[in-house]
Amino acid sequence: MSVCRSLFAAALAGTFALTVSPATSQTLRYANQGDLKSLDPYSLNESTTHAHLGHVYQGLTARDKNLKIIPALAESWETPEPTRWRFHLRKGVKFHNGDPFTADDVVFSADRVRNKNSNMQTRLAPDVKVVKVDDYTVDFILPSPNPILHNSWDVWYIMDKKWAEENKAIEPTPVSATSPSYASLNENGTGPFTIESHQPGVKTVFKANPNYWGKMEGNLKEIVFTPIASDATRVAALLSGEVDVIEPVPVQDIARVDGSPNAQVLKAPELRTIFIGFDQTRDELLYSNIKGKNPFKDARVREAFYKAIDIELIKTRVMRGLSTPSALMIAPELFPLSKEFTRPKLDPDGAKKLLTEAGYPDGFEVTMDCPNDRYVNDAAICQAVVGMLARVGIKINLLAQPKAQYFAKVLKQGGYQTSFYMLGWTPSTMDSHNVLYDIMGCRSDPKSSRGEANLGGYCNKEFDAITDKVLVETDTAKRNQLIKQAYEISIKDWAYIPLHQQALAWGVSKKVNLPQRADNLVMFHWATKQE
Amino acid sequence: MSDAVASDSGKQSAPPAHAGRSRLSRALDSDIFYSFRRSKLTMVAAAITVLFFLLAIFASALAVQNPFDPAQLQLMNSRISPLWTADGQSPFLLGTDEQGRDVFSAILYGMRISLAVGVAGVIFAGALGIALGLIAGYFGGAVDGVIMRIADVQLTFPAILIALLVNGIAKSILGNRLDANSMLVVLVISIGLSFWVGYARTVRGSVMVEKNKDYVAAAQLIGLPAPKIMLRHVLPNTMGPILVIATINLALAIITEATLSFLGVGLPDTMPSLGTLIRIGNNYLFAGEWWIVAFPGLALAGLILSINLLGDWLRDALNPKLR
Amino acid sequence: MLAFTLRRAVQAIGVMFAVGIIAFSMFRFAGDPVNQIVSIDTPAAEREAVRKSLGLDDPVPVQFVRYFGDAAQFKFGVSYQFRQPVSALLMERMPATLELAICATVFAMVLGILMGVYSALRRDTVLAKLFQAVSLIGISLPTFLIGILLIYLFAVTLGWLPSFGRGDVVKLGWWTTGLLTLSGLKALIMPSITLGLFQMTLIMRLVRAEMLEVLRTDYIRFARARGLTTRAIHFGHALKNTLIPVITVAGLQFGSVIAFSIITETVFQWPGMGLLFVQAVQNVDIPIMAAYLLMVSLIFVTINLVVDILYTVVDPRLRATVGRAT
Repeated sequence: MSVCRSLFAAALAGTFALTVSPATSQTLRYANQGDLKSLDPYSLNESTTHAHLGHVYQGLTARDKNLKIIPALAESWETPEPTRWRFHLRKGVKFHNGDPFTADDVVFSADRVRNKNSNMQTRLAPDVKVVKVDDYTVDFILPSPNPILHNSWDVWYIMDKKWAEENKAIEPTPVSATSPSYASLNENGTGPFTIESHQPGVKTVFKANPNYWGKMEGNLKEIVFTPIASDATRVAALLSGEVDVIEPVPVQDIARVDGSPNAQVLKAPELRTIFIGFDQTRDELLYSNIKGKNPFKDARVREAFYKAIDIELIKTRVMRGLSTPSALMIAPELFPLSKEFTRPKLDPDGAKKLLTEAGYPDGFEVTMDCPNDRYVNDAAICQAVVGMLARVGIKINLLAQPKAQYFAKVLKQGGYQTSFYMLGWTPSTMDSHNVLYDIMGCRSDPKSSRGEANLGGYCNKEFDAITDKVLVETDTAKRNQLIKQAYEISIKDWAYIPLHQQALAWGVSKKVNLPQRADNLVMFHWATKQE
Repeated sequence: MSDAVASDSGKQSAPPAHAGRSRLSRALDSDIFYSFRRSKLTMVAAAITVLFFLLAIFASALAVQNPFDPAQLQLMNSRISPLWTADGQSPFLLGTDEQGRDVFSAILYGMRISLAVGVAGVIFAGALGIALGLIAGYFGGAVDGVIMRIADVQLTFPAILIALLVNGIAKSILGNRLDANSMLVVLVISIGLSFWVGYARTVRGSVMVEKNKDYVAAAQLIGLPAPKIMLRHVLPNTMGPILVIATINLALAIITEATLSFLGVGLPDTMPSLGTLIRIGNNYLFAGEWWIVAFPGLALAGLILSINLLGDWLRDALNPKLR
Repeated sequence: MLAFTLRRAVQAIGVMFAVGIIAFSMFRFAGDPVNQIVSIDTPAAEREAVRKSLGLDDPVPVQFVRYFGDAAQFKFGVSYQFRQPVSALLMERMPATLELAICATVFAMVLGILMGVYSALRRDTVLAKLFQAVSLIGISLPTFLIGILLIYLFAVTLGWLPSFGRGDVVKLGWWTTGLLTLSGLKALIMPSITLGLFQMTLIMRLVRAEMLEVLRTDYIRFARARGLTTRAIHFGHALKNTLIPVITVAGLQFGSVIAFSIITETVFQWPGMGLLFVQAVQNVDIPIMAAYLLMVSLIFVTINLVVDILYTVVDPRLRATVGRAT
C-alpha cells in the first residue's frame, strides 16, 4: 500500500526507439497475488493497479528500466523559474478511441486527479496552477519551489477530456457511488495496450494497440492476467506451464522454480525498506506491563532493541539470502550518500546492559503489531524478532494480522493504536524528503500532514527544520548533505530500527524475456516471448 | 461440517426411531463391550485415540522444547530435516520449521490445542443444544417455534461462516486486542455455535415422544418440577444418540478448527494448533521441506480417523438394528 | 395444506430477515472499510470524507434499514474493492460455483450410491471393507489438505490436470460454462472430487445404512418368501426405498456444498462466489460479504422450504407437525 509506485514507460520504447524486431507476436499469461480492481486510474493509489493500468495509460513522464525519469507524453520540460515548470507535449499522440492528445487533456487531468473523489490527490498540490500555454505546452505554477514536483508523475495517468465528458466521467469514481462509473469499467488511454475484457478477480485481457504512437520493444500481442492469491497455487501454475509469469515467488519456492526445466526466478533488491518502530509519544504504552511510564521514551531502550536483533540471521534463515540489511530508512538506490552509513553491530550483551541501565534489568512485556500478508515473510520476520528480543529479557506478545485489520489499528485513522510495530515503506517520490516528512516528521501540528505515517510519533524539531530546508533546496549536492544530516540525527536518536530491503522475486518462464524494475512494477511492453 | 451432523441426527431422530431408545441403557451393559471386543479395528482406533490424548496431556514432559516460548526457538536451528535423513540433527526427531521450532514438540502442543478446542467446543455445543432441545421439546408451542426457527437460521450458516461471524464480532468487541488465549475462547464459541443444532433436534425429538408417556404424567402428578423431570427422566433416554453425535462432532470440530486456521482466522503462528502448523508447512511443500506439513497432516488425519472409527462403532453398537 | 405452505413460507421470510440482521450487524463491525479504499499515505481528512460519503457515520439502524431495503431488491451496493455492483459480481461468479457444486454433487451421488449399495449387499467382501476405509479417510482428511495433495500429485508431479481456474469457458447468454471445452472439463475434475468427497462419504454411509435397514423390513422378507429374484428385491424394492432419503439429504446438502466451496475454490483459485467471499473477507469488503451470506442463506432456505413442502405432499402424516421430520 505504502507506495504505490507505478509506472509507466512505454515511452521508453518511443524515446530510445530500440530496434528490436520481434519474430512473432505472442500471448503472455500472467498471475499476480493482487488483483486489478477499478480501471479508473484515480480510484485507488495502489501499486498493482498502477502497474496494470500502466499498459493502457501513460503519464507526462515515465520511468525507464532503471527508474530514471524519462519523457513520455511530455517530450521535454524545463523550469524557467523555480516556481514555474513548462512541459512540452508530444504531438501526434491519439487516445485509444482516436481522440487527439492535447494540453486540454493535461489541464483536465490535473483537475481530475485533485478532485475530492480522487485517491491520488497527493500527486499534485491543490495550490499549483495548471495553465495551458498552447495546444502542446502546459505551465505548472507553484507557490514555492519544489525540485521533485514531477517525481511521482509516472503514475499520474493522463485522461481524455472529451471522452470523460461524453461519458460523464469527469469526476473520479466516487467511493460512495451506487453504480459504477464509465471510467471504472472502461479505459481510454494512450498506451501500447488496450483492455479487451475485464472481470475483476477473474481475468483481464489486454490486446496490443495497433495504433500506438511509439514503438513497442516487446512482441506481445495479448496479455491474459489472472489474480492467484494462494502462493502454492501460483507456483504450481508456473511450474506446470499454465502461466508464463508470476509475481511474487515465495522465497522458499525460489530454488524449486530455478531448478525446474521451464522457469526461473528474476531476483533483485526492492526499493521498499522494512523497519520497526516504537511508540515514543504516549506517557504510558497502550500494550505493556510497565505502568506510569513509557520505556520507549528512553533512547537506551530503543538502542537495546536495535542491538538485540540479528539481521544477518534473519537474512540467511527467514529471507533465504534474499534481503539486503539496511542502515537507513531509505533504499541505497534512492540516496547516493547511503554508502556512508553502516548498521550498528549486533550486541545482545550490550543490549542487556543498556536495559539494566535504563532500569529494566528483567526486561518488560510489550505487544508487537505486525501484518501477515503484506510484505515478504512479514509474520516470520516478526516471529524471529520476538525470539531474539526474548533472549535479552523482553517478552513480546505478537499480534500478526491480515493487513486489513493491521492498518485499521495502527494508522492515524485507527488512533495509532500500537506500541511496537513493523512496517514497510517505499517513498512514492523516489526521494528522501518523503521519508523525512511522512514517517519521521513530528505529528504535533494537527493541521499539517507531516508525520502522517509516523506511527510511533518520533519527534525532533531540529530534524524537522532540516526536512523543510530539504524541500526547497535545488542544489543537488547541498540537498544530499542536508538529507544526510537529517538521517544522522534520527540514527543518533535511535528513532527506528531499519531492517532490510526485501528482494523482488518474479517467476518467469524460460520462453519469456522480461526486464525487472526495482519498484516491483511488472511491465510487459518490453517483454518478449518465444514460440 | 455442521450440516452433516444435522442431517445425520435428523435421520436418526426420524419419528419411528425414537421408540427404541429406552432400551439403550440395557444395551450399554452387554452389547457394547461385546462388539468392542469383537472389532479389532475399533480397539486399535480406541488405543490410538487414547494415545493421542495422553501425548497431548503430557506434551510438556515429552517435548524437547516449548514451541510456544519464543526464547526457546533458535533461528539457527531452522529447517532441519528429520533425524533419519542425511541432514537430521538430534534432538529434532521430526525436523524443525522455519522458526527453528521442533516439529515433534509442535505436534504435541498443537494436538493439545486441537483436542482442547475440539472437546471444549463439543461440550459447549452439547450443553447449549441439550438445554435448548429440552426446553423446546418440553414446552412446545411458541418457545419451541422460536428455538427451532433459530436452529433453521443457524443451519443456513455452515461452520466456516459462523466462525468468520464470531471472529468478526469478537474482534470488534475486543477492540483488536485479540491475543492467542482469547482466540482459543473465540474458536470454542465459534465451534460450539456451529454444532448445537444436532443435539437440540435430537433431544427435542426424544422429549416430544417421552413427555406424553405415562411416567412423565405421573411425575407431573406427584408435583415434580419440570426441570427435574427433564433432567432426571427424559434426558437419560437420549444419552445414546447424544454420545454418538458428540463423538462424530469431536472429529468435525477438530476439522473445523484446522480449516479455520488454514484460512487464517484460527490460532496465530506463535501458538500453533495442528491446523496452523499445516497452514505454515503447506507453504514449504514445494520447497522440498515436506516434513513441516507432512507430520502435522498425518497427526491430524490419524486423530480424526481414529475418533471417527470410534464414533462409527459407537453408532452401530448403540443401534442394534444396524449390526 | 395451503395454510401449512403459507406458514412455512412466512417462516422462511422470517429466517431470511434474521439472517439479514445478523449479516448486516456482523459485517458492519468486522473491519474498517475506509482503510481498504484509501492508501496508507492518504491524509486523515480525506479518510474522514470517504467515511462520510459511504454513510458509515450514520446511526446503525439507519444503515441497516438502508441496506435491507436495497437487499430486498437485489441491490447489494458497490463492492469496496472492485467499484462494481455486488449483484453483478455475484451473477458473474454464480455459474462457476453452481457448476462446481452440481458436478461435485453428481460425483458424490453416483459414486456414493454405487459404493453404498455394494457395501450393504456384500458387507464382508474385501472391496466393501476398502470402500469403508476410503470413506473414513475421505471424512478424516480436511478438504484443503485433499486439494493440496491432488494438486501436488496430478498437476505438479504428473502434469495431467490444471492446478487452478476453470480453463476455457463458453458464454451462453449470461451463463458461462466450462462443460463444453476440453480444458474446462479437465479443470473441473480435481475441484469436484475435492468438494464432493465429503458428500460422497456421507451418501455412501447413508445408502449402506438405509439398505441394511430396508433389507431387514418385513416386506422385503415377504418378497423373498414370494420367491422374487434377489436382483429384483435389491434394486426394484430396497434401492428404490433407499433413494428417497438419499435424494432428500443430497438436496438438503446442496446448500452446504455451495457454502463449503469456499475452501475448495480458495485452494483451486476457482473463480466462483466462494473465492469472491474469501477475497472479500480478506479485504473487509462488507457489501460482498453480506450479499454472499444472504445468497447462500436464500438458497438454503429455499431448498429447505421445497423439501418441506414435498415431504408433506409425499407423507400426509407430517402435515400436522410444525417442522420437518424432527
